[in-house]
Amino acid sequence: MHERYGSKTIFELHKPGCQSVRWPACDVPCNEIAELIPEEYLRHEVPSLPEVAEPDLVRHLSILAARNMCVDSHFYPLGSCTMKYNPKRHERWAQLVEFTHLHPYQPEESIQGLLALLYSLQQMLSEIAGLDAVSLHPAAGAQGELTALLMAAAYFRSRGEARRHVLVPDVAHGTNPASAKMAGFEVVQIRSSPAGIADPEILAEHLGPSTAVLMITNPNTLGLFEKEIVRLCQMVHQAGGLVYLDGANMNAICGIAQPGKFGIDMMHFNTHKTFSTPHGSGGPGAGPVAVTAKLAPFLPVPVVVYEDGRYRLDYDRPLSIGRVRSFLGNVGVLIRAYCYLRTVGAAGLKQVAELAVLNANYLLHKVGKLLPVPYGQRCMHEFVASAAKVKAERSISAMDIAKRLLDYGFHAPTVYFPLVVREALMIEPTETENKETLDAFSAAIEAILREPAELLHEAPHHMPVSRPDEVRAAREPILVWRE
Amino acid sequence: MNPEELKFTPTHEWVHVNEADGGWVATVGLTQHAVAALTDLVFLELPKVGQQVQAAKPMGVVESIKAVSDIYSPVDGEVVEVNQAVVDQLNLLSQDPYGEGWLVKIKLSENKLPDGLLDYEGYQKQCAAESY
Amino acid sequence: MAYINASEEHIREMLAAIGLSSIEELFAEIPAECRVSGQLALPEPLGELELDQHLRALGAQNRCAANAIYFLGGGCYDHFIPAVVDALASRPEFVTAYTPYQPEASQGTLQAMFEYQTLISRLTGMDVSNASMYDGASAAAEAILMSVEITNRRHVVLAGTLHPEYREVMSTYLRNLDVDIVILDYRRGVCQLAEVASKLSDKTACLVVQHPNFFGCLEPVHELSKYAHQVGALFVVVFYPISLGLLQPPAAYGADIAVAEGQCLGIPMGFGGPFLGIMTCREQFVRRIPGRLVGQTVDRRGQRCWVLTLQTREQHIRRERATSNICTNQGLMALRATIYLAAVGGVGLRQVAMLCVHKAHYAKGRLTEEAGFQSPFSAPFFHEFVLRDPSGNVDHLLRSLAAENVFVGPPLGRWYPELSDCFLVALTEKRTQHEIDTLVKICSKR
Repeated sequence: MHERYGSKTIFELHKPGCQSVRWPACDVPCNEIAELIPEEYLRHEVPSLPEVAEPDLVRHLSILAARNMCVDSHFYPLGSCTMKYNPKRHERWAQLVEFTHLHPYQPEESIQGLLALLYSLQQMLSEIAGLDAVSLHPAAGAQGELTALLMAAAYFRSRGEARRHVLVPDVAHGTNPASAKMAGFEVVQIRSSPAGIADPEILAEHLGPSTAVLMITNPNTLGLFEKEIVRLCQMVHQAGGLVYLDGANMNAICGIAQPGKFGIDMMHFNTHKTFSTPHGSGGPGAGPVAVTAKLAPFLPVPVVVYEDGRYRLDYDRPLSIGRVRSFLGNVGVLIRAYCYLRTVGAAGLKQVAELAVLNANYLLHKVGKLLPVPYGQRCMHEFVASAAKVKAERSISAMDIAKRLLDYGFHAPTVYFPLVVREALMIEPTETENKETLDAFSAAIEAILREPAELLHEAPHHMPVSRPDEVRAAREPILVWRE
Repeated sequence: MNPEELKFTPTHEWVHVNEADGGWVATVGLTQHAVAALTDLVFLELPKVGQQVQAAKPMGVVESIKAVSDIYSPVDGEVVEVNQAVVDQLNLLSQDPYGEGWLVKIKLSENKLPDGLLDYEGYQKQCAAESY
Repeated sequence: MAYINASEEHIREMLAAIGLSSIEELFAEIPAECRVSGQLALPEPLGELELDQHLRALGAQNRCAANAIYFLGGGCYDHFIPAVVDALASRPEFVTAYTPYQPEASQGTLQAMFEYQTLISRLTGMDVSNASMYDGASAAAEAILMSVEITNRRHVVLAGTLHPEYREVMSTYLRNLDVDIVILDYRRGVCQLAEVASKLSDKTACLVVQHPNFFGCLEPVHELSKYAHQVGALFVVVFYPISLGLLQPPAAYGADIAVAEGQCLGIPMGFGGPFLGIMTCREQFVRRIPGRLVGQTVDRRGQRCWVLTLQTREQHIRRERATSNICTNQGLMALRATIYLAAVGGVGLRQVAMLCVHKAHYAKGRLTEEAGFQSPFSAPFFHEFVLRDPSGNVDHLLRSLAAENVFVGPPLGRWYPELSDCFLVALTEKRTQHEIDTLVKICSKR
């Protein structure tokens, strides 16, 4: 990360006439464009896109690449994001032309291999969830949440019930309340118990004839297992509501517990977390949804079905909520998830959870000696440490520690989330890290806490840039490059 | 304005009432405590002149880099003036929250203040209890 | 084979450190009734070689554009992807990083996204582009939500010539939000101005039009824009990025929000995903646009650098009052579009647009003159057009073409009952005269 080039933008590499791609001459008889398309539709100047020679383009993107930390090269303990190793073999298989060069409207007979793969993935996800039916459509976890809540709305409508309230714990991801709102519900926040989990008595205060859905993340964002989950589900069902599980933290329990057995009605998976599809600098992910049989009729169309020895796409689902996106989901991502599950198998998946939780507890044990972890001596796949004490005593904030960790060659944990922990550092090591890395990480935190506060306030010191002025960026936004 | 002479909402707005044209006009702003807690303000959205506002209902939004807070109206009435200077120059809010950093003037629908507003001392107690 | 990175010895050491004797104890809080009984019923795991053989066998059951001729359209197209796009976008520094929460450790991603925003802004003429959405359809649905917020109106008017799947997504998104949808007639192939005028009112939040539309036809966008603005509605345009090499950009005809499917910009067809939702708007709506935005600023040393900005719009801060629930973007797909646009350049984009137009017009001419098809719509078109088969058996026709390794479509009856004897044909720069002649020859024999 020590490169010292001033980085140019692609626009500053513009050299007229030097574009990388040369197109062939037209091989069919051509009329003048003006004879084909009326003048009023045509633009007069070419779009002002830069023309960049291919060597410059490659150098440019390579310089940019070198300015990123990534899982391949760095420990990336970003809590709630499950930054595990992304197997190289998946990239090769997902890029086979027999998968990448398929059009969503080509006949079903010509894509039986792909449909077999997707069908099998639906079956595997259904088994892992312990639920009856799966949709592969949602493009991301947040879209999975929305899909499930739209299904809940359709379910209540089909029963003639007007239920308005979606209950969301205070430690939930921000996507939960935002998805509930988009699905037309009102959000009711429920506070957590002093132990950091959902409390049946507090839930009871909020349940009633208007209760539609409880959205719960298990393990929750504090890395704690919601041990009252069975009772919570029963209570919501007694009130006539449904329970949605945010599957963001499935890495802690996959292969060990089946969410269907909690009593939940619907859930989503984040393939880019649990099933190791690459995070891609922010996407594409995929957020398949699994539901119980009573909600299956409401799944988005189409669903992959297997009948009479052939696979087909079933559109004939009259109660379906319809489409949540075009075509059939982020197929390229789903292929990678399929490859992962076929590689690890049932025993491997259980081992994933076991090692993810062991690594997190070992790191909790080490980091907990340096920074208080307000909720729990034990955790599942992640834990949340607090810098509140060093902030008060030495004015060292969670952000200071995060920034200084970059200098030590570690990506920072998630900071300032969840909101119930002050000066939060949310740390998730994942199963693919080893003990040496965890030891080195806690040693880095220990060393950082011995450093002068002034040094930390100015950190990072060894990255391509120091702390950006975010206030300036937000007050006078510059969102496009100008000369 | 001297903060000790102002009334306060539990949601950190201050209000000061003047008589004008036979009616009551309230000047409304955010307290120093609120502005300090928000830090690094980046955006302010205020109601428009002519807009009806209701006591204890949101009438605007103040954003810092990492947080968003509603601004609640302390009174029922109609917005008669908006401080464009503070929208353009957010520093006024942090430098002089009780003076040049005022936000809006509202013509009250009735010539009385709603119940539940705090005096300076009461507001100070509330802030101490909140322990930011 | 779970990519575990701990030796037996390390596992023992870690357990000893935390005072436990088995990993099982870490899961003590999970009630027995919630646990997997025995083992999950998943297929047996396969090693790399076996799985390689398995996937290649599955692949062999597909027919793909590498060994068939594709004239398929309808929102996904077989365009050429330069090797430099694959090479750069598969770098692990982009593939295995996440959302740039720590700007100092993510300048590569941030700068690339800033360049993406700028390229899209230059292409469209629009002031602001976000850092991408899931796909064209969901971006279009979000544009409607945005219009409803901005105008505080609850009626939307959609062109009947808008991609049917986009309309389906919109209707799903709006189902519970008390928003009325009016769909305009499609039977003339483009919006009819008299009907548009009669359906717009001072209650209309937005008019949504695709241009070129689902049938490939060019819409009277200047007039439509004027009509929308006359009633104070927003004009939302779904555009086709490649077409902007030749066609006027959305800003030139007054689009307030312009969205697109970005698949044509260096993203493989991939059976429909992952794709790229392009979303742009006017400057005045920047605080209402959903999704990530990257902004330029300076660091403490005064160096130019980039950060995620205006994050208070987003769900992690604003929760239920956010502009959208969207969290991730389609980072790698936006990166592919960035590399594609930089590799092609403005002149190159014009060239590829012209190749598409010429080939489409040549193909349509020959198919209507020599193969006995009719053209139901007379409006000017870009790279895609509708044909009517007077014999009426479109399914049979497309099946027999597929049997000869030529894929054409989709047939339109699924969405448009009156067009059950019609189908789409799309041309890209990749289709050669020989391939087009093959298509004409097979069709002429029928």
